Amino acid sequence: MSDPLLVPDAGGLYCRAGDFWIDPLRPVPRSVITHAHADHARSGAAEVFTAREGLPVLTHRIGEPDDLIGLDYGQGVDLGETRMTLFPAGHILGSATVRIESEQGTWGVSGDFKRATDPTCAPFQAYPCDVWVSECTFGLPVYRWPSPEEVVAEIMDWWADCRAQERPAVLFCYALGKAQRVLAELARAGVEEAIWLHGAMIPLTECYRNQGIALPPTRPATEAEKGEKFRGQLVLAPPSAAGSPWMRRFPKHSAGFVSGWMRIRGNRRRRGYDRGFVMSDHADWPDLVRTCADMQANKVITIHGNGESLVRHLGDQGLEAESWNLRQTLRPNDAGSDSA
Amino acid sequence: MKDFAALFESLDRTTSTNAKLAALTEYFQRARPEDAAWAVYFLTGRRLKRLVNTRELREWTAEASGLALWLIEESYEHVGDLAETMHLLLPPASTKPEARSLAELIESTIKPLGGLDDADRKNQVQDLWTRFDGSERFLINKLLTGGFRVGVSKRLVTRALATVAGVDSSLVAHRLMGKWTPDGEFFERLIADETDLDFEQSTPYPFFLASPLEAEPDSLGEPDDWQAEWKWDGIRAQLIRRGGQTWIWSRGEERMDGRFPELEAAAEALPDGTVLDGEIMAWRDGCPLPFSLLQTRIGRKKPGKVTLDKAPVALLAYDCLEFEGRDLRQQPLHGRLEAMTRALAEADKPIERSPRIEFKDWSALPEQRDRSRELRVEGLMLKRLSSPYRVGRKRGDWWKWKVEPYTFDGVLLYAQPGHGRRSNLFTDYTFAVHHDGDLVPVAKAYSGLTQKEIDRLDRWIRSNTRERFGPVRSVEPTHVFELAFEGIAPSPRHKSGIAMRFPRIHRWREDLSVADADSLADLKRLLEDPAAA
Repeated sequence: MSDPLLVPDAGGLYCRAGDFWIDPLRPVPRSVITHAHADHARSGAAEVFTAREGLPVLTHRIGEPDDLIGLDYGQGVDLGETRMTLFPAGHILGSATVRIESEQGTWGVSGDFKRATDPTCAPFQAYPCDVWVSECTFGLPVYRWPSPEEVVAEIMDWWADCRAQERPAVLFCYALGKAQRVLAELARAGVEEAIWLHGAMIPLTECYRNQGIALPPTRPATEAEKGEKFRGQLVLAPPSAAGSPWMRRFPKHSAGFVSGWMRIRGNRRRRGYDRGFVMSDHADWPDLVRTCADMQANKVITIHGNGESLVRHLGDQGLEAESWNLRQTLRPNDAGSDSA
Repeated sequence: MKDFAALFESLDRTTSTNAKLAALTEYFQRARPEDAAWAVYFLTGRRLKRLVNTRELREWTAEASGLALWLIEESYEHVGDLAETMHLLLPPASTKPEARSLAELIESTIKPLGGLDDADRKNQVQDLWTRFDGSERFLINKLLTGGFRVGVSKRLVTRALATVAGVDSSLVAHRLMGKWTPDGEFFERLIADETDLDFEQSTPYPFFLASPLEAEPDSLGEPDDWQAEWKWDGIRAQLIRRGGQTWIWSRGEERMDGRFPELEAAAEALPDGTVLDGEIMAWRDGCPLPFSLLQTRIGRKKPGKVTLDKAPVALLAYDCLEFEGRDLRQQPLHGRLEAMTRALAEADKPIERSPRIEFKDWSALPEQRDRSRELRVEGLMLKRLSSPYRVGRKRGDWWKWKVEPYTFDGVLLYAQPGHGRRSNLFTDYTFAVHHDGDLVPVAKAYSGLTQKEIDRLDRWIRSNTRERFGPVRSVEPTHVFELAFEGIAPSPRHKSGIAMRFPRIHRWREDLSVADADSLADLKRLLEDPAAA
């Protein structure tokens, strides 16, 4: 394997043997998109492969490419001298990992993934490969997630407190994936009352609902009656809405943020959230380590995030590992915003 | 411990001052006095003597978590708080949480740690880690590592205690001054009625702090109502003469006994029952000496003859809080100053009266302020003659009107993650200037950027790192910042040969390129200026 099957290029990974790119951030002829978050999915490729379940969300985000191919999980396609198959990544609805079988061995590539349960998407599926290319957003052992049940209970308690104090409960979370996961978890916890949504979340939430995912009723916050004070009511909004004039409609609100970053107190305090709820769509440290074993890889390459600690830790345990910086193949202003 | 952890959580989960005040008040009403005393102790910023060193704590965390020591270090670098890092890395507690209270835990387990041998100390700490979890374990780690900041000010704690006691908060602030032992008896005294007051003779009064004047002085009203003084650049201090004894307190509520023998000697001429507020300055022949000389005195508990000769000090007294044993703080400033005249009648150098600056019209003041550098002062103080001596930083009666700082343009060269609120963001920066075709670091600065700028710079640093040295990263010299500072002194310890006082970031100069930054020669020229020392 003198020539690696994949190399960093165009902000993503390029496979020469198959002549395709994975999650490129610049326009390329042919791409495989692991999921619809902006730091993975960009428009501009003529031919795009993605998981079938992710099609509605992806086309909402990047429009319709000339040739858009939705694949079932586990359904292989031949691309050049390789065979490419998508498997569930458990990250958001329609997210996938990419398996590439070739003469240079079998590689598994994660876009982003998690192992925790999520009612909005198929669970991560492991498969044997020679090289595992792993995301590493939370690549330190301080990132260890509590169970989603515990976190949902915390959110419910906080909402109940807000209700008792007659304050709006504004819960910040990423508009794609996290918001719908929170809604679905609330539905599972028995919530039937309508939840107010920021406009950026509405079409994406509809995509989820149309695909049969059980969510509580939702209403656009902008359609509230004039003078509505949202007392004791739950509102979901993307982090970008914090501090914007849009927030003025929620006087005396309590602000929560649902994110893996909330595991660190300083991250929450700095951003001025009252409450942090540790729920992430990424693997925590124990799951990053465990997944390397589950993939039975001889070599691990980390991408996305600071992988140096994970690389050294795997090295200590006798596993070959290295860290790739995909961003370096871009000009400074090409990179998009990350989600976690 | 559970109640204290619950208090911490409610303080930590709100940014509203009223909600914090309510949580504190409720806790102080309900808690047992001995627990409440310890809570006050920590919440007002006091700390236990270091009982366990941090290297041990890291090693024990590595052992308990099964992680390599380097991974503990990297995690700490990322989190920026050792107590929190340990808590996040330790495995979940294995036994049921137990009911020991804050005071019991401190008295029975934490304080005795210092006297144990290494093996027992480790067993005790690791045992605590298996018994407590959640906020309780985080807080225990905080107690072990010393620091304790949870986003409540001392003033807020004071207000809550005053509510519980039903007395004025300035009285509680006074009761919190000086040395005290956190026990039930102390807490009872803290929240007692005004009548059974019982201060130790050494207890200082809470300091009144000036606020920066942002507008022009003529916005303050009639000049006749105001007194102007120099703003001295020394150590704020309170000198107490009671019962034939002298105590000197710093603003940080540290006793400075023995450090300034010349002041203690001069204080013997003060009448009993006198408390003066003023500034300790390095001083000779009626003029300030450079602050760098005063610094040679700050660290010395018992200065020798050489130090005393090289860096003599004076107390520039500007207020009198007690005279003839009477608390004067509610009297107007002009009345207190008359009392000070009487108190200082017999006193001699180096206790001096801080002179007042005569002015008839506001328009005369800017000219005076412009002399500040030449006189080695920081600017002017403006005090309302009718004002009482208040507690803490209250706007309205005392204003500091400082001179514009010096500035220079430096290049960002190194960055390091901050701590606490700024953990895992690169917020501690090192700046360099040109020298012989190279860039020489001259200043470190932590503050002055907005959160947006910090976030943007952080992202830039991460993607433009040249080298890593532990937590420090070197970056491509690209960004130029305007830095402000208060003075400059020669320093053999620094590669640049200079040390700056209080450097901080003024602005991000995106309009400048690296070539536009200042040179070391520009800065060294200031060394020759006596005003800049």
